[in-house]
Amino acid sequence: MSRQKPSLPPALRPADFRPALPGRHWANWALPLALVLALGLFPLLTGKDVHRETMFTLLRAVVMAVSLNIILGYTGYVSFGHVVFFGLGGYVGFYLVAVQGRTLWEALLAGGLAAGLLAWLIGIGILRLRGAYFALVTIGVNEAVKAFIQNFDPFGGPLGLTMNFSVYQAYGGPRTMLQMTYYILVVLAALAVLLSYAVRTSKFGLGLLAIREDEDAAEVMGVVTPMAKTWAFVLSAILPGVVGALFFFRNGSIEPHEAFPLHLSIEAIVMVMLGGQGTVWGPVLGAAGYQAMRAFLLTNRYLKNIQLTVSGALLLLIVLFIPAGLIGWLRRRFPASRRVLL
Amino acid sequence: MSVLLQVEHVTKRFGGLVAVNDVSFELYEGEILGLIGPNGAGKTTLFNCIDGVYTPEEGRILFRKQDITGWKPYDVARFGMARTHQIVRPLADLTVREHVMVGAAFGAQSMGLRQAARVADEVLEFLGLAERADWLAGSLNVAQKKRLELARALASQPQLLLLDEVLAGLNPAEIAEMVATVKAIRNRGITIIMIEHVMHAIMNVSDRILVLDFGQLIAEGTPKEIAANPKVIEAYLGDPKLAERLMQGGE
Amino acid sequence: MALEWTSILSFLIDGLMLGFVFGVAAMGLTLIWGVMDVINLAHGPLIALAMFGVYLLMAALGLGNPYPALLVITLLALPVGMGIYYVAVHRVINAPHLSSLLATYSVNMMLMGVMNAVFGGAPRNIDFSLGSVTLFGDIVIPVARLVAALAAVLIAGALYFFLYRTRLGRYIRAVTDNRDAAELVGVPSTTILALSFGLGVLLAAFAGGLIATIFPFTIFDGGRYELKSFVIGVLGGLGNPIGSLFGGLVLGVIEGLVPMFLETSWTPVIEFALFVLILLVRPTGLFGGKS
Repeated sequence: MSRQKPSLPPALRPADFRPALPGRHWANWALPLALVLALGLFPLLTGKDVHRETMFTLLRAVVMAVSLNIILGYTGYVSFGHVVFFGLGGYVGFYLVAVQGRTLWEALLAGGLAAGLLAWLIGIGILRLRGAYFALVTIGVNEAVKAFIQNFDPFGGPLGLTMNFSVYQAYGGPRTMLQMTYYILVVLAALAVLLSYAVRTSKFGLGLLAIREDEDAAEVMGVVTPMAKTWAFVLSAILPGVVGALFFFRNGSIEPHEAFPLHLSIEAIVMVMLGGQGTVWGPVLGAAGYQAMRAFLLTNRYLKNIQLTVSGALLLLIVLFIPAGLIGWLRRRFPASRRVLL
Repeated sequence: MSVLLQVEHVTKRFGGLVAVNDVSFELYEGEILGLIGPNGAGKTTLFNCIDGVYTPEEGRILFRKQDITGWKPYDVARFGMARTHQIVRPLADLTVREHVMVGAAFGAQSMGLRQAARVADEVLEFLGLAERADWLAGSLNVAQKKRLELARALASQPQLLLLDEVLAGLNPAEIAEMVATVKAIRNRGITIIMIEHVMHAIMNVSDRILVLDFGQLIAEGTPKEIAANPKVIEAYLGDPKLAERLMQGGE
Repeated sequence: MALEWTSILSFLIDGLMLGFVFGVAAMGLTLIWGVMDVINLAHGPLIALAMFGVYLLMAALGLGNPYPALLVITLLALPVGMGIYYVAVHRVINAPHLSSLLATYSVNMMLMGVMNAVFGGAPRNIDFSLGSVTLFGDIVIPVARLVAALAAVLIAGALYFFLYRTRLGRYIRAVTDNRDAAELVGVPSTTILALSFGLGVLLAAFAGGLIATIFPFTIFDGGRYELKSFVIGVLGGLGNPIGSLFGGLVLGVIEGLVPMFLETSWTPVIEFALFVLILLVRPTGLFGGKS
């Protein structure tokens, strides 16, 4: 009965005994953060506006993918409605600036709050559904909100709202505004990465992983699943809401089809899958890789017209042959990397 | 000895099927209670009623003098009850330590990750899984998975542990080890109810045994009494040699 | 608003006729869901592809009406669907839902890319007329819609007959109930899964062709009908193909009656709110789904 040797009571452990915590390693947040900052500051080096605008699209994708990963990758709930938070945040923020004459800062705050609030309200209800039913209902929520806003007069109904360009004077004129909003996005993308790392390596995150792997077992182990899932949903919603407010402020106009395109949700899923769901690195690399590939295809003379087909074929190959994504594949292929590759 | 768990007239139906029918029993602190019965007798359903996975249609369940009928499984878990599952589905992408940390962090003693990691390492050592702490749970063999399941439950530092067939699929040597482990757990002051089909083991380890058949409690008593009980023998296919086999060991 | 009974009736009849047609599209979606727990996100582009198929084939053959072309396209859809199954779905049939959702969505992307390159975004219209009939004095019904509704009912009947009266249909139902058990008793489950996927695509194509005889269309319209199919499928019970016909009727009634009380633009709000609500309260649908 060698297995029966009594264990050391906690007091007999050396006081400075600090067991390794899963995923806690500086490399797991510092390196993805460095990548995001490098991408974000690259236009500063070239000084070209076109690079800045390309990077704006890329960093927006990073925020969408990284935030989606909290509910999709960590918690295991496939949401096809992630864009609803972007759109709602966009509308609320835009309305405050364009109609109510509030500042951009208030708009960003309100956009994030509105998205978080929506996630909280619907999360309690829809997170009871599992698997494909949840995926379906998120499509329904996105379409219902979009259809509602098309009929909602304060938000301009089907035509949406436009901004008087004089608003930008308060932010140093359109040119400076474009610069400033870009750097706000860089900060938001950096925040997204840090949030993602913090959630993944926290006790809350461990509960989410348990839910992802087996929700019934997680309940029996004491994870308060309805709370955990709802908070994960809220956390994943806030940053897209802020970015929505930022994006449409910059854009100068907003309309329902621009605010709630289903394909933006699906692209975010594709990015998360590409890089590796449930990891910190994955969505960052997935978003960057996907956008880079898109940019390449769109500028290639021969592939431009069938860009979507090539992307689709690539997606299919990944789903069929490396469903864990790049990071997931690396972690499985080289188990020694697990500690520093999250 | 004080009563830890009281099950009073619990009935659970699925449509027309009565899976658990008017079951009552008491469990004393420090006891190991065996729960046996033919396949489909309602043993696992009874576990599910006790730990909150199902809410029984009738009857009530008192745990630590508190009526916990209708509580959610996570509330029951946080109140000091843990269980293992018959079918072990380890969380494929978590390491063994992370698994056990879930039990520790969210169990009866809600604790931070650092402390949970410490508890997890201790429990893994106690169960002989310490060298496997950094393995992916999916890569364990059956016996190790059973131990992992037990470690997860134990790490939550429960007062009551429900074990659902922890011996199934193990070879004789592994069974002997597991039986010793169960006894060692009880010696740490944890009360245990265990469902088991490996008869000689349950007869050996239990203080008292309950027999379920078609959802009904048909017998209760010491292992010796149960082995000689005609109702039990009848329930097990009317095998007249059952009593001998039960006491001697073997399936 | 003048709520004369004839106008109510004419809205209602129109809604019901369209409801049958949309119901067939949803049948395709929900048949696949029922048999293999896969939501076919390529449903919309396949509908659009069938619309263009009927349009082009009719023009190529120089026909005066689209129905022969519709028949050919419908039959072609079966092997196309089976092919999609073998290439994109079979490998992920037992994987988590995300995999099959993305696999079918990748087919969606590929089809949309090709259609965008070949057909472009311009609207098309199948140019033919069967005139109209007048009921009860002043309810005018275009014959093409009547034909479409009848065809929809016919194919629903044919599907019912196939599922409940033929050996292959029984195999499909057996795989729906329990794939492992069906395999144990010798049902060739892979073939049956592929066939079911093919049938689902066939139904989508048939519905798409019928819709093309009624409305003008672009390559992007498939997405709209896919969303409608989701709503109908949930109304009728996901996994219950025959329920979809009734789901289609419910949607038809909503689409027929809402414009009488509210602006038409509220219709999708009501539809999607209902969709979400039913999923939350009664995920098996109004008419009972699988299990």
